[in-house]
Amino acid sequence: MRLALRELRRRPGRFGVATVILTLIAILLMFLGGLLDGLTAGNTGAIRAQQADLIVYSEASQDSLVRSRIEPRQRRQVQAVDGVSEAGELGSVQLGARIEGKGPRDLVPVVLFGYQSASAGLPEPPARPGRAWADDTLKAEGVEQGDTIRIGPARSPVEVVGFVSDTRYAGQSTLWASLGTWRRIQNENRPDARVAPGVSQALVVRAAETGDPPDLAERIDQATGGLTSSLTEDEAIDALPGVSAQQSVFNQILGLTVLIAIIVVALFFALITVERVGLYGVLKALGAGSGRLFAGVLLQAVIVTVIACAIGAVAALALDAVIPAGSIPFTAGGGRLIGSTVVLLLAAVIGCAFSLRRVLRVDPAQAIGGGQ
Amino acid sequence: MSETQTEEENDEVSRDREADPTPALEMEAVRKVYEVADEQVVALDHADLTLGSDEIVALVGPSGSGKTTLCSIAGGILSPTEGRVVVGGNDISDYSPKQLTEFRRDSVGFVFQTVNLIPFLTARENLLVVDEIGSRDRKRANRRADQLLEELGLEDRAGNLPSQLSGGQKQRVAIGRSLMNEPALVLFDEPTSALDTKLGEQMVELIREEMKSRGTAAIIVTHDERITGYADRTVHITDGRLEA
Repeated sequence: MRLALRELRRRPGRFGVATVILTLIAILLMFLGGLLDGLTAGNTGAIRAQQADLIVYSEASQDSLVRSRIEPRQRRQVQAVDGVSEAGELGSVQLGARIEGKGPRDLVPVVLFGYQSASAGLPEPPARPGRAWADDTLKAEGVEQGDTIRIGPARSPVEVVGFVSDTRYAGQSTLWASLGTWRRIQNENRPDARVAPGVSQALVVRAAETGDPPDLAERIDQATGGLTSSLTEDEAIDALPGVSAQQSVFNQILGLTVLIAIIVVALFFALITVERVGLYGVLKALGAGSGRLFAGVLLQAVIVTVIACAIGAVAALALDAVIPAGSIPFTAGGGRLIGSTVVLLLAAVIGCAFSLRRVLRVDPAQAIGGGQ
Repeated sequence: MSETQTEEENDEVSRDREADPTPALEMEAVRKVYEVADEQVVALDHADLTLGSDEIVALVGPSGSGKTTLCSIAGGILSPTEGRVVVGGNDISDYSPKQLTEFRRDSVGFVFQTVNLIPFLTARENLLVVDEIGSRDRKRANRRADQLLEELGLEDRAGNLPSQLSGGQKQRVAIGRSLMNEPALVLFDEPTSALDTKLGEQMVELIREEMKSRGTAAIIVTHDERITGYADRTVHITDGRLEA
């Protein structure tokens, strides 16, 4: 094993090519992963910020917020279900926002939410009408606390009282206002989809004690006579348009990248092993077992991979720091970086395994009588 | 040897010198047969060879005569098809490959024709390789390495890589390496083939000196008849058969 380490230290150039390629692969994995994480966060922020046990849509909406309508009666039914501690109303409308300093055609798409229940991610809704919290990605558009934004064709004014983070929806920035504000703005700008007082699009349900959310979901849907569809937070996220498709596409690309990494390591270390067949023959003649020799190969592969991942992680973190918030949806999360490293290490080990047979087959007898 | 040798070091040297009645090598009716494309090739046929514990034997024969096969079997690299092989008191006739590997590490030394030093290790580190393979006693190995380097006149070359050593120096490192594990038997494969006459003579003198001072047995494979003068005994081999 020390032999393997010494070779790495004294002949770094030999491993240079593999290290460079693995670094590029690590960077690719971490960037793509960070992009996926950023896109997903941008889609799901609003839902995650609710920190709900269940989200209740109307049954006819096919789990789509925009198509869903919850009547006051259903709300009362849900509130009455045993195990429901809170059932807050939620509504949304997607409109273009006019921000001071931007041109008349330069609209920023935003989603205005009306909500009731606060959570760790969302403070209480502003009491006075016409006011809202803004997702901090709007800062990148030049919005400051106290600014008034005009949204929709009716140019409804909304005053920004402060900022919240990680609350985006469908890739767009969001505004968080009281239910009354939302209904008024919805009715002003979407006259063909008016909402009457008391009507909302979904219910944010918090359970009474740590029970079983799927069980509670069933009971809620029973209580409303099958007119609602209650989903856990994960199910609601999955149901968001495009989210699972996006993840699927990205994960396929990431999977392919890992496969390439395995092939790179396999080829590279197979080549190295072939070059070293003579050396292995001598070492075996001197009394080194195949296991020890292979352990040396593994060690070298692991070290090269760790170095590649370290460089990749630094690059990803640097990119995260440099990209201005709200421009490219990229986020270099610790979980993603560590996960990518673990995956690449596994790929390196698997890649090495292809050389195992060759190491086993090296014959010490060839070291003798080299010239005969 | 330096005057500041410790008692332990003295003991090691005298252990090397103690007269040992156990033969270094006993080969009885050893036969090695290979199957090559449905044909049976007899590489070694009924070889009988016994070496005293500090005997040096020159093994002379033309190419393809079975010298390499005999050395491989004596050195525990190959198992015989038939027959008995006892090295330093260990019967290795039926050892598994794993057992043979351990045996080689602990009891046998090799000096290959093509020297085969590890190119990215210094002379000293090349000597220490065997100990690292087994990871036994590092301190003792270090002491032994230093002692051998001194005896072989390589003290000031200890930190050099093989690429910085002359042919003769590399050969001496290889000899040192073969003695690191205090073997019962050392196998030399054509040690002088790459050296001119004068260096070749010096080399064989050195080999004889090192073997005798340690009481270690050796088989020197050679097709150079002049070398035989330095051996205690010469054995000829032709077509897999030994002649006394």
